[in-house]
Amino acid sequence: MTAALLLLRALRAARASPAARGLRTAAPRRAFAKELFLGTLRKEEVFPYPEISNEELAEINQFVGPVEKFFNEEVDSKKIDQDAKIPPETLQGLKDLGLFGMQIPEEYGGLGLSNTMYARLGEIISLDGSIAVTLAAHQAIGLKGILIAGTEEQKAKYLPRLASGEHIAAFCLTEPGSGSDAASIQTRATLSEDGKHFLLNGSKVWISNGGLASIFTVFARTEVVDKDGQVKDKITAFIVERDFGGVTHGKPEDKLGIRGSNTCEVHFENTKVPVENVIGEVGGGFKVAMNILNSGRFSMGSASAGMIKKLIELTSEYACTRKQFNKKLSQFGLIQEKFCLMAVKAYVMESMAYLTAGMMDRPGFPDCSVEAAMVKVFSSEGAWACVSEALQIFGGLGYMKDYPYERYLRDTRILLIFEGTNEILRMYIALTGMQHAGKILTDKIKAIKKGNMGVALGEFLTRLQDTLGRKVDLGLVGDRGVVHPSLQESAKKLEENVYYFGTTVRGLLSRFGKTIVEEQLVLKRVADVVINLYAMTAAISRASRSISIGLRNHDHEVLLTNIFCTEAYFKNNYAMAQLEKYADENLDDSIKKAAKQILEKRAYICSHPLDRTF
Amino acid sequence: MAALRVLVGVKRVIDFAVKVRVAPGGAAVQTQGVKHSLNPFCEIALEEAVRLREAGAATEVVVATLGTKASQETLRTALAMGADRAVLAELAEGAAAGPREVAVALAALARRLQPQLVLLGKQAIDDDCNQTGQILAAILDWPQGTFASRVSLEPGAVQVQREVDGGLETLRLRLPAVLTADLRLNEPRYATLPNIMKAKKKPLEVVPAADLGVPAGPPRLRLLQLQEPPPRAGGEKVESVESLLGKLRHAGRI
Repeated sequence: MTAALLLLRALRAARASPAARGLRTAAPRRAFAKELFLGTLRKEEVFPYPEISNEELAEINQFVGPVEKFFNEEVDSKKIDQDAKIPPETLQGLKDLGLFGMQIPEEYGGLGLSNTMYARLGEIISLDGSIAVTLAAHQAIGLKGILIAGTEEQKAKYLPRLASGEHIAAFCLTEPGSGSDAASIQTRATLSEDGKHFLLNGSKVWISNGGLASIFTVFARTEVVDKDGQVKDKITAFIVERDFGGVTHGKPEDKLGIRGSNTCEVHFENTKVPVENVIGEVGGGFKVAMNILNSGRFSMGSASAGMIKKLIELTSEYACTRKQFNKKLSQFGLIQEKFCLMAVKAYVMESMAYLTAGMMDRPGFPDCSVEAAMVKVFSSEGAWACVSEALQIFGGLGYMKDYPYERYLRDTRILLIFEGTNEILRMYIALTGMQHAGKILTDKIKAIKKGNMGVALGEFLTRLQDTLGRKVDLGLVGDRGVVHPSLQESAKKLEENVYYFGTTVRGLLSRFGKTIVEEQLVLKRVADVVINLYAMTAAISRASRSISIGLRNHDHEVLLTNIFCTEAYFKNNYAMAQLEKYADENLDDSIKKAAKQILEKRAYICSHPLDRTF
Repeated sequence: MAALRVLVGVKRVIDFAVKVRVAPGGAAVQTQGVKHSLNPFCEIALEEAVRLREAGAATEVVVATLGTKASQETLRTALAMGADRAVLAELAEGAAAGPREVAVALAALARRLQPQLVLLGKQAIDDDCNQTGQILAAILDWPQGTFASRVSLEPGAVQVQREVDGGLETLRLRLPAVLTADLRLNEPRYATLPNIMKAKKKPLEVVPAADLGVPAGPPRLRLLQLQEPPPRAGGEKVESVESLLGKLRHAGRI
């Protein structure tokens, strides 16, 4: 549990100090998700669904054509998977298209795309998993540090050649002993006598693009002297060029999926890194790492949605032609259920991804790290479920390498692991939200203790109304509601869930207090509920807009939204009911007990069913 | 080098990969919400023009189209592929045009812009007319080289290799001339994203079609009826050659 605890502490520290992004002048806006933990739904943040200007829309549609064409004609995913390599011509084609500098500003030779436009192109790039990961490792994390925390000199020096793809970048954080627990890395950078450079020593593992990259963003421990003269070990981020010397990499790892993406160990032996290559401040590296990771996460939503949409096309072709028992597969309920699942998941993922991207594109650099984490968890698990069902539709054929479904399955599995494992992200989502709620509630209690009658009265009335069974109204439906009347049912369910969630969180905080960090099974349920809440909000907001502006097939969108919201509503209610119970009532204690018994013996401990005692 | 301007005519058509459906009414094809793109043969013509400019044989490539406002995006793609500027001969929304109308518009533009070479695709993949280039050459009274599979410019002339039924025919035409591009002329480049961004800054002129002498009213070629081909009937396997012959004779095929 210390992993999450350290993560939380570090994130608290990260949020308190000025951002890595240079020009932030205002405090980060309280974005949407954290308020859900207080039972509040900040309508202004999510209604209406974000839109882009006509100009931007025309531009992004222009971009989609050539990229799609390239991926359809020049990318042989089967060969890339078999050879475990992306052919140099394909890589060059990607560079020529400009895909290596999508988010680098135009002045440095990139395309300067906004988060929304980047997400849109991600839908197409995800058609090949290996290429998607290679590009993401290069720009979403590899060079992002320079983009968001670099000085003008660093940007001018490195970005142009990274934009053209002449140099490829890699992100070096993970070590054999430090995966989820990123703060525990051991790679060290010691300042030279003359204070002009650092000597970097250490090994990094599972580095995407490790073998191809010439520019690395490396995280290492450095000695920092505190204000009070104390010497502390803090993490610093560096831009390291392969040319600095002492940089070696291992052989490519033989992976289950995304086999065309190069993953290997990277070793630094007395690598000389000039002090000008520090990203941000010395000792501020962890903040930089978290900001980098938070800023790229949301795009997994659109990438997964793009892949599922393609799968729906491929599998429906088969389902509508293949006949068994004298009926087309498409006429059987169990097959129909699978298509509904894929469409619903894709719809919700898209809605969440573009809602988050739209929020991030707003001026003022809002902090959307919790929302982005929610998108990542939902999309990775949704994608895994959908790919599995798509393969199932094909039956035996789906299992054969002649068909791409097994490759999609293998490529998708990594989504639940990298960019922050879903377990860690669930803890992050739950704890960040609960900490926010806890702080607000503590402030209220302090106010009451100080004699603030207004606050006390407000709280008393709220409790009274709760016990009297009030009707929940958060302003989504009704005369001045922001949601279109066709979505009334779903909106009401959302309001009810949000309100009940706020009460549940309050109850958990008063029951557990600070020890909540240890209760992973509780936090998991909390995270699942709030992820569903965000998903429902995104779907309702998008469907509402679709009806209002009359997009084609908006009634289908309403259908998908209602299906999702109804299912999520019941799942949320169940989870929250479980949360109200104490550990001995809701199976948590039993689960932990069983696990303890198994892990003590490191084996399955039941006697064999055929055993006898005589 | 003397200025040698190339005028390329392009057309916005339904994308080749789309499954085309007849719209209710049987008078047209469903175009609402359907993906459109630059006609593949026009792409080849444009690619050839851009290559001529890059080789130094031409000095400017102007791309033009007769279409509604939506055709602007097609022109932007053409600019992204390397054209220097674009002209849209704008039709009113819902108006249609056939090969003759396009040829009239392009002829007017040719008289305005004075190109030495006009390059078109040999036909559009939606109507497969294969007429526009020929009608244009007739209106302008210029020589024509259709189904070009190789083009090389010489001082005052152009050598064209044509794909004809009997094989390959090579002609030398005096400039100015009209050429139409066939499949094997070249392989068009991808419009890279940086080029698409640069294309935003290239000039795109909009001219009402009437100003170019395009007659108002329905096009010369009228579409009477459209219907989808009959659904494919199942095939049949036979055991021997004799029974095959028997079946064919029975069906009146031999």
